[in-house]
This record gives sequence, structure tokens and C-alpha cells, in this order.
Amino acid sequence: MAEEMRIVLRNYGKIDPLKIEDYLAQGGYKALEKARSMGQAALIDDVKKSNLRGRGGAGFNCGMKWSFAASATADQKYVICNADEGEPGTYKDRLIMENDPQSLLEGMAICAYAIGANQGYIYCRGEYPQVIEILNQAIDQAKAQGLLGDFDIEVRSGAGAYVCGEETALIESIEGSRGEPRFKPPFPPVQGLWAKPTIVNNVETFANIPVIVDKGGAWYADIGNPAYPGTKVFTLTGDVNNRTFFEVPTDTTIRALVFKFGGGIRGGKKFKAVQIGGTSGAFIPESLLDTQVAFDAMSAIGATLGSGATFVLDETRDLVDVSTRIAKFFEHESCGKCAPCREGTARMHELMKKLNEGKGSSKDVALLEKLGRVMSYSCLCGLGQAAPAPVLTTIKHFPADYNAKLM
Amino acid sequence: MEMVKIIINGKEVEAPAGSTVLQAAELAGIEIPRLCYDPELSALGACRLCVVEVSGNRLLPASCVTPVFQGMVIETESDSVVEARKTILELLIANHPLDCMTCNKMGACKLADYCYKYGVKESPFAGEKHIYSIDDSNPFIIRDLNKCILCGACVRACEEMTGKDNLSYLNRGFNRKATTAGDVPYIESDCVFCGQCVAVCPTGALTEKSMAGLARRWEIERVQTTCPFCGTGCNFDLAVKDEKVIGVLSNPDAPVNGRSLCVKGRFGWDFIYNEKRLKTPLIKRNGKFEEASWDEAYDLIAQKFSEVKTKYGPDSFAALSSARCTNEENFLVQKFTRAVMGTNNIDHCARVCHAPSVAGLANSFGSGAMTNIISEVTNEAELLFLIGINPTEAYPVVGYKMRQAHRHGCKLVVCDPRRTELAAEADIWLQQRHGTDIPLLNGLMHIIIKEGLEDKNFIAERTENYEAMKALAAEYTPEHVSEITGVSVEDLYRVARLYATTDKAMAFYSLGITEHICGTRNVMSIANLAMLTGHIGRPGVGVNPVRGQNNVQGACDMGALPNVYSGYQSVTDQAIREKHEKVWGAKLPDKVGLKIPEMFEAAHEGKIKAMYILGENPILTDSNVNFIKEALEKLDFFVVQELFLTETAEFADVVLPAASFAECDGTFTNTERRPQRVRKAIQPLPGQANWETICQMVTRMGYPMSYNHPSEIWAEMASLSPSMAGISFERMEKESVHWPCPSPDHPGTPILHIGKFTRGLGGFQPNEHIPPGEMPDADYPILLCTGRIMQHYNVTTQYSPGINSVWDKEMTQVHPQEAEKLGLVTGSRMKVSSRRGSLVTNVWVTDRVQPGVIWMAHHHSETPTNEVTSHHVCDIAGTYEYKVCAVKIENVQEVG
Ligand SMILES: Cc1cc2nc3c(=O)[nH]c(=O)nc-3n(C[C@H](O)[C@H](O)[C@H](O)COP(=O)(O)O)c2cc1C
Ligand code: SF4
Ligand code: SF4
Ligand code: SF4
Ligand code: FES
Repeated sequence: MAEEMRIVLRNYGKIDPLKIEDYLAQGGYKALEKARSMGQAALIDDVKKSNLRGRGGAGFNCGMKWSFAASATADQKYVICNADEGEPGTYKDRLIMENDPQSLLEGMAICAYAIGANQGYIYCRGEYPQVIEILNQAIDQAKAQGLLGDFDIEVRSGAGAYVCGEETALIESIEGSRGEPRFKPPFPPVQGLWAKPTIVNNVETFANIPVIVDKGGAWYADIGNPAYPGTKVFTLTGDVNNRTFFEVPTDTTIRALVFKFGGGIRGGKKFKAVQIGGTSGAFIPESLLDTQVAFDAMSAIGATLGSGATFVLDETRDLVDVSTRIAKFFEHESCGKCAPCREGTARMHELMKKLNEGKGSSKDVALLEKLGRVMSYSCLCGLGQAAPAPVLTTIKHFPADYNAKLM
Repeated sequence: MEMVKIIINGKEVEAPAGSTVLQAAELAGIEIPRLCYDPELSALGACRLCVVEVSGNRLLPASCVTPVFQGMVIETESDSVVEARKTILELLIANHPLDCMTCNKMGACKLADYCYKYGVKESPFAGEKHIYSIDDSNPFIIRDLNKCILCGACVRACEEMTGKDNLSYLNRGFNRKATTAGDVPYIESDCVFCGQCVAVCPTGALTEKSMAGLARRWEIERVQTTCPFCGTGCNFDLAVKDEKVIGVLSNPDAPVNGRSLCVKGRFGWDFIYNEKRLKTPLIKRNGKFEEASWDEAYDLIAQKFSEVKTKYGPDSFAALSSARCTNEENFLVQKFTRAVMGTNNIDHCARVCHAPSVAGLANSFGSGAMTNIISEVTNEAELLFLIGINPTEAYPVVGYKMRQAHRHGCKLVVCDPRRTELAAEADIWLQQRHGTDIPLLNGLMHIIIKEGLEDKNFIAERTENYEAMKALAAEYTPEHVSEITGVSVEDLYRVARLYATTDKAMAFYSLGITEHICGTRNVMSIANLAMLTGHIGRPGVGVNPVRGQNNVQGACDMGALPNVYSGYQSVTDQAIREKHEKVWGAKLPDKVGLKIPEMFEAAHEGKIKAMYILGENPILTDSNVNFIKEALEKLDFFVVQELFLTETAEFADVVLPAASFAECDGTFTNTERRPQRVRKAIQPLPGQANWETICQMVTRMGYPMSYNHPSEIWAEMASLSPSMAGISFERMEKESVHWPCPSPDHPGTPILHIGKFTRGLGGFQPNEHIPPGEMPDADYPILLCTGRIMQHYNVTTQYSPGINSVWDKEMTQVHPQEAEKLGLVTGSRMKVSSRRGSLVTNVWVTDRVQPGVIWMAHHHSETPTNEVTSHHVCDIAGTYEYKVCAVKIENVQEVG
């Protein structure tokens, strides 16, 4: 167990990303051909059978999502790839796009066929100009070969805000409005871009698709944790020896991630915590490290998988200080549309600053817990709902750090 | 309707599928707190105060945007819901100046109400607060964004109700702000001061300036009434404190407009307290007005009117009634003129606006009013075809609705020589030359017939005289029409096809059609087009003249016209006359009376010796004003009943002080034939209502007129008028119906001519092109067109201190081409002269007008536009050709 397994990174280092011939030589675009011969219903069924769940963070069943858009009647439908990758410490989508852009395009084309769309967008993080360049070239090559048929793909540069990675904010941004989340329902597969049925999937999600179609849903469903099968790409940062990326099956444990793939803590120090999923991820203590890196297993311990960013902290880290910085990040990234997040992220940062400066009391900690709880279930979008997680989980699992700073 | 079963707070209830949890709860009698939800606006789901607990949902969804589903189990006040609401309120008030004691919204502030409900006294979240400066840069609205909770209602109202898009969000996160583009004060923004934002704001962030410090909200008495300005018929509440009107508040139950109003309706009311209001009768002695008692005034009037009548005969008297006054007042004035003075010389200012509609539509269809109703603009129409109408300025709330419809996918075609707001927004804008409407309409008909797009069944079954129409239209080939109108052949085809092939195409027009030498023929040409394509007698179609004045429809309906009694019953019909004679106990004249222009001509010739004018100011509003002044000077005796000592009142021998709309009970009938109540909110400033004054004056002349209440006047009118017999004050309290309404159990008639025209068959009335009476020439090379602007109503708004402090002068539109030739810039002074008179005005350089054209409004006494306008009149209806005359313009700096 616990070996790397490359599905979405299958061509990493093996092909020249700017040569479509290389991709074709690896069997590229065979899956698209096969998908077209299967028919839409059978195709979607097979994707459902694979039990592939979104790799952008929300973990929604991909085939199910497609079936909603496929069954909606509309004169126009869209496929959007979410390549905003705004999460600090995350670069897995960039890895895929830089090294194997055609696998993403093929995945999108299969989706377009499945739901009956002929226009696609890749909403790519604005700080990745070189990736945008690669994508554009890849699209040109695929078009020149006639591989995409009547499916057009346009690359849009992201607006720079973290929240624009949220699918409805992303849609607003493509429409030319302020990138602010919409309330859901209606969900994008029913009413998305320009109020038309729209599939938004993450880069990694799309990159899985050609392999699933090629080898069959049943094959995929068998890999890793059955409730969240397949592999997941993790990018390791922080106080860990191997600060690099790994694609592993989803029944890998956090412990294996940190100590086996990550090679343990730097400088022979002791492990203190690991934050998985990005800035809004929970801080996980030693006692929970045997959890598998699968969606529901993580939920069960009050954590998330998110983007797969893995931030390891050694014994010297002050989690009150770390959480204060994170609170500042969310105050800055709140779009301000909904009241609990707009006002709440600001107050959360103020309270954390106060505690971090040693001016807070246990009453402030209690207030933070209430505020965090309310935000996590009443904010409009995932940003506000997830923003309190670092604060709440550090209070829960690392009370000593707080107690040390109380007045 | 499909229903689903849900359980709310343990109680099983049914809710319409597709409704939100919040709506479903409301139906079950459970009110869920909400700050950003507003039933008239799109959903936002942003304040999160409306969250509820739903079994199986990890989150607390916002009930205002969450649809119900079968078997849904909802708790609206569970512990976690209450904790969330309290925390959100604590967060909001942490960033709020808690000066509720002096806040103008206290008592009507939702934030305060919910804090009260959940016992939120103070916030545990102390910290940074916004410090914004208060924007009171304008006379109407105080904007204190420190009290803004960012519910976004103002942003949505501006965009969705008015369509002005003046408000949006600035900055992100904690610093988010709902404000104008560039965060400038309202006065420097594109704000039109409709005040919709104020009407929807749940907190003290946006409040009415006029009410500041005058009353706590619970002390305000609200009196629902009808707007005294344009013919849309908006309703609102007058806010009254201690016998004084302090402001206007939207009333969501207003049948026509909901909470939407325009700047005039919402903020123009303060004219009622203008210090220039007349409060006592005035008698002119030795050329100077002196205050007099009512008795003195009545005695003098009775003596003089009787003298004139005996000496020169009944037809030496003429009366002008008023499209501004109530139906009841109009009814009394025409009754007085006919039954007491014995003449049919009664008219009112419909003559100078929509008399061609009354005449033209009566010819074509048999009755002269809007065939359909305003709500169909947003509920039914698929195409709005506008010609000669500038709704967003002249009838703003109708214009706002048209914009809403267009934004929701209804097609919009605007035919206008000038680039009006809606012309700029339209799918197709036809910029025809001034005075070329008939050829334009004939040209559209030509194409429709040529392409076989006419409604053959409708023509065969419902109309007559089609062959003549077809023969005439045949002459108006697209190329020929293009040459006359300046509209491209291609555009003619596009519009003709679109109008003919759209099932629900609704035509609207106004004074751009009627105020022409060929006004009545213009109207009939629109009627021709509608009949040709079967666009009549159904929802979402029709020919719709939008009436300019609050009660111009009513004044016509009441018989303030020289040829008809109330309900358009002819004075020459013996049976009808006898019916009236019996009720009124007087012998009635059988000869049609004089129209306004004829009255002034007759006065000029010395044939009219005495006049009575109620609430009109022909010197400002009628064309060819110098001629009218001379006519008034020649009168032996002249009585004016008015709010102010107007230009016209200056000529009077006796001026009777009038009461404003806020001081009288009565009714106004809006442009869609809908009588609505006007309610007395305060005691009349002159001491008595206008109907009382008229009754006392007439009684003094020996004809007893006594009513206890205007409802009795209406009842007398209704008993004499079959088309309104079913409407009473009592019924108006309960519902608002459109006449014809012949009996109390009749539902009213929103749509005219269903199945059958009032006149039987619809009559095609073919018309040839008639060029304007006066066109630019070598001496007067510029074409002057006139109209009104959004901020002002014809007259009266100039007496509103608020409105006048923002828009206090005429700004004449001049095309950059002319401006350059004469060295004019915006703000320069320019002399405008015609063969009839001249004036000096301010310049606004804009390409809204065509080259060679200037455009003026007629609102300001300092720039009496109508001293230069044309003396030509529509030969059928007698309406002046305000829309075209020849002038020359000079840069005043040069002229000196
Ligand atoms: C604040 C916020 C930021 C997000 N950023 C991203 C992102 O950068 N990339 C991404 O794929 N999904 C992001 N998401 C998740 C998307 O909303 C959405 O769930 C995802 O794109 C769906 O694709 P999937 O089903 O393939 O995961 C973000 C969500 C939130 C709330
Ligand atoms: S939760 Fe935050 S980011 Fe999301 S809509 Fe609300 S304010 Fe915007
Ligand atoms: S000004 Fe009023 S209506 Fe506008 S966002 Fe603020 S609270 Fe809401
Ligand atoms: S002037 Fe006309 S549009 Fe404006 S509020 Fe009055 S009735 Fe409504
Ligand atoms: S009322 Fe529902 S979110 Fe504001």
C-alpha cells in the first residue's frame, strides 16, 4: 500500500506539452472517440459508475452533475474548467496544465459531448500567464487537427480574487460582472453562465475523465477509498522534508502523506499539526493522522480535502499566530456580499489579533467560537462557511496555544 | 397550482411548488425576519437574517432563496437559527451608529425592529466602524451610509424599478459600499431622484429630507391619494403630522405603480406650502389686486357674469376647466357653464395636448382613450412600438415600466426625431424628420400590405374602408417614404415586419403625434396601422395615447369639452340634452361651443366678453401667447380660480384662491380610464375646497348648488353617464376599475374594442402627408421643437422649492453643429425668435437633437417658450402645432 499512482499526471515528464503528436502517441483523444461512440446516456452512466467526485473541493459526484445539465433543455449549454487555483500553496492544476494540457481539453470535450454543449471556457488564474499561453497553443493544435469538432474553448484570465474560484462567482466574472457568488439553487448545471445549463469542473476532475472513459468506470471505482475513489494530487509545503507533489490513491492516510511521501519533519523536530485543503483547511493533530485522504473520511474528523494543499507544522509553530494571519487573509478575501462573512471575517481578525497580542481573554475565545459556528452555517458561499475552520480547529485541538496567550 | 406538503415548526402545511421557504412560511402565518428580501425586487440572499433550519441540511439555508420540496421539515426559530440571527444582528450593529433616538427612520427601521425582537441591545464585537460623511447634497434625500447594512435594495431598486443603474457596489469585503459610480454625492451622479431607493431602504441610511426631525414614524398619519402631476395615476401616501404634509411615502398597494414614483410625485408636493399660495380672494381695483372677502368676490362675480349674459347673450361667456383639478370640480364647471351661463363654451387644456386623440380615435374606433392598460407593458406585450412619446421624462413611471419590459426581453421600437432615453436604448430607433409621421406610418403599411403581412381576417370582419386605405398606402413606397422621412428603406422594412409579425405589439404615442397641424390625422394613421395588423381588442396590443396631465382623461370624461356632456354624450342629441335638463332643472344650449383657440379669437374680436378659468395657465402653456394676452385684455370681466397668481391670473378681475390636491376630496382619472381617489390630507389653505367655492359662487348667481361631499357630485355625474354608472366612491375604496363600467356589478373594461369597436366597424381613415404649417426658411432657418422634461410638470413644479432648487431654468438643446457656427457652449445665452415673439434662453449643446433643430421645454416663466411657438392648429381638433415652428437663433453675447 501507499505507493504513488499517476492517473492525472500520467503523462508528466513523458511528453512535450506543446506537441499534440506526443499526446496522441500516448493514446490521446481515443477516449473522446470512444465517448462519442458510446452515446450520451451510456457515457454519463459510466462516469457515474466511476464515482469520480469533484477535485475542486466540494466533492460532488461528477457524473451526477453532468446528468443534470444533460437533461436540462436549452438552446445553449456551457462547459467551464475551473483553473483559478487561488489557494495559497496549491499548484496541482498548474502541473496538469503545464505538462499535459491536452488531457484537460479532452476531458472538457468529452463533457461537452455528454451534455450537448459547444462552447467551453477555461477560467485560468491570472497569475499564470505562461499557462494561459500553453493552453491557447494547445487549443489551436487540437482545433487544427479537427479533434474538438464544433466545440470551442476560450481561455479567460481570472480576475485575481480568491473568491472568483467559487463556481458562481467565476460565472459572474465571465459574464463581466463583479466576481461575487450567487445564491444556490439554482445550481450551475441548471442555470449557470448566461442562465444556461453549465458544467463547472476542476482541472484535475477533467484530467481524470479520458482515463475513466478509456478504462471504464468500474476500473476507476476500484481504486483507493470506495466512497471517494481514484487518486488525488497533494502539494506539500511547510516544515516537511519533501516539499513537493504526489499523486496517491485516496485510501492513503495523512500519516503516510506526511511521513512517507513527505519524508517526515525537517530538522528532526516533532510534528505539531497539518493543515490540509488550503487556507481554510482544518488543523489536524497527531491523534487524527490515520485518517484516509478521502472526502467523507476527512469530513468525519471535521476536516476537508479541499485542493489537496498540505501544510505541515512542526512543534515550534504558534498556531494562534498562524491562525491570525489566516484570519487576515479571509478578511481581505471576503467579497462583502453577505453580512456574516463581510462583518464576521473582519471581527474574527480583530479578535484573533487581540489574542495574538496577548490582550484577549477566554471570553474572546468563546466569542470566536460562536462567531465561527454561525459563519460556518449561515454564510452565502463556501468562503465564509470555511473561513472559520482554522480558528475553530486550532481552538479545539490546540487549546494550549491559546491559553498561553490569555491575559 | 401544484402543491407540496412541508412541515414548518412542527405543523404540516401545503405550499405552492416552486415557492420559497420564506413565502411558504408567510402563507402559513409565520413571519421570518428579513433584511434584504423585497417582494418587488430580485432575490439577493445576502443578509442571511432569514436563515432557517432544514432537516438533513448541514447549513442554515436562507429561506428567501431556498425553494420548498415535498416533505421538507423546517424550523424557523430553533436554537441555532436564533443564535445565527442574533449574531448577525450583533455584527451589523457593531458597525452602526446607534443613534436611534434621533434617527429619522426609527419606528420604520427593520434593523431596530429585529434587534428588539431578539433582544439585541449591544454588540460584543467592538472594533473598527465606518466613518462616512453624510450626503445631503441634494434637496430630497439624506444619505447616511454609516447606517447602511448593505442589503442592496437601493441598488436593485435603481436598476430594476427605474432602470437608471446609478447605484452599484464599490470596494470589497468590510469596505463594501452601495453607492454611485465614482462614489460621488447623489447630486453629482446620474440620479433622477425618483426616490425608489429611499422607498426600499430598510434602515435610516436613506431618508426623506423633508421629514427630517419633523415626526417619529409612528406619529405620521398616512393618507393615500393620487399624484397631481402626470396622467400615469400613481398612488402614494401623504405623510401628515399635526395637520401638515411633511412628505410622501410609497404605498405598496398603489394599483398602477406599486412603490415606484418619479421625482415630481415623490418630491414635488412641497409646492402646496409655497409662500406664494393665494389664501384670500383678490379683486382688481384701479389695476391693482386688493384682498377681498369671499362675499365681496362672489357678489361682484354674480353681478358681472349676469350682466354680460343679459347684455350680450349666453355665448359671450366662456369657461376653461382644468385637467389638473378633480373630476368633481370639472363636472361642476361644465354644469355651471351649461346650466347657468347657458353656453357650451367650455373647454380645457386637453385641447392643447390630446384633443386629436379624442377626435382621431373617436373617428377610427368610436372612443378616444387608451385602448389597453399600463400593466400590460410588463405583463403582456412582446413589442412596444413608440412614436412621438418620451415616456421616461413625460410619464416617468410608465417609462420605467417600458424599460423593465425591454430588459426582460420585450422588443422596443422608438420612432422619434430626437434621441430620447428610450430611443437610445431601443432595439430599433427610427429617427424620422419632424412632422413626417403620416408618411412614415403609411410607408410601414405599404410594406406590410406588399408582403402580405396584414391581418386579412381582422380587416374583413372588423373594419371598413380598407380599399381606400390600400390604395393610398400603395403610393407610399419605401423609397419615397425614405426620402420624406430620412429613415432608411432597410429600417422601414425591419420595423414593418417586426410590428406586423409580433403577436402582441402595443403602440404608444403622445404629444409628438398630436401637437401637429395634422395631429388628428397622425392619430388616425396609428389606428390604421393597428387595424391593418389586427393589433386591437386583445391584451398586449392596442393604440395607447398616454395622457400628460393627472386628470386630462377625467376632465374630458366629465364633459369639460364644447361638444359633449360627461361620458362623451353629445350636446346636440336631444334626448341626452333633455335628460340633463331634467336633472339640472335648466334649459340647455343645443349648439356646440367654442374650442380654446376659437375662444381666444372670439375674445380678440370682442365676441367673448367674460371668462372663468379654473386652474389653467394658458399664457404659459398655449401657443402664440402674445395673441392670447391681447385677447384676455379685451375681456370685460375675467375670473381665475388658482393656487398662485399666475401669468394668466394677472389678467383677471377677480382671483379666487384654490385648494391643492392635498386639501380636497375627489377623484382623478388616469390615462387608462381608471378613476382613483384623491383624499383630503389637510385643511384647505384658503379655508375651503374648490368644489365648495364653485358651489358658493354659482349659488350666489341664483342657481342653488349644494352637495355635502364630492361623492354626491360623482354620484350625480354617474347617474347621467352610462359609461361610468357602475363606479362610485364606495366602490373606489375597495377596488380600482376602468370605465366603461355601466353597472355596479360590472368588472370594468381594461381593454376596449374586444370583438367589436365602439363605433361598430373600425374605420380606416387614409391620410396624405401634410407638412408642418411653418418650416424653416431663409429668415428663420432653425426648426424649434418643444416638450417637457422629467423634473418638471408643465406648470406647478416651478413652485416646488425642492425641484426648483435643482432644475431652475430652461436649458435649450442645440446641436453641436449650430453651436459651433454661433460660438455657443453649454451655459451660453442665446436669443430665439420667431415671427411671433422672442426670448433669451440658456444653451445645452447636445446631439440629442438633429442638426438644424433646437428643442425647448415650456416650464419656466423666464423663458416663455410659447411666445415663439406656432400659431398653426390642427384643423380638426384645434390643437396648436407646438412641435414645429421656424425660428432663428443668435448668440446673445454678440447681439448684446
Ligand atoms: C472561495 C472558494 C474558492 C474556490 N476556488 C476554487 C478553485 O480555485 N478551483 C476550483 O476548482 N474550485 C474552487 N472552488 C470550488 C468551486 O466552487 C466548485 O465547487 C468546483 O469548481 C467544482 O468543480 P469540481 O466538482 O470538479 O470540484 C472554490 C470554492 C470556494 C467557495
Ligand atoms: S461568504 Fe463571503 S465571499 Fe461568500 S458571498 Fe458572503 S461575503 Fe462574499
Ligand atoms: S442604503 Fe439602504 S437600501 Fe441601500 S444597501 Fe444600504 S441599507 Fe440597503
Ligand atoms: S408625475 Fe406621473 S409618473 Fe411621476 S409620480 Fe406622478 S403620476 Fe407617477
Ligand atoms: S432576507 Fe434572505 S438573505 Fe436577506
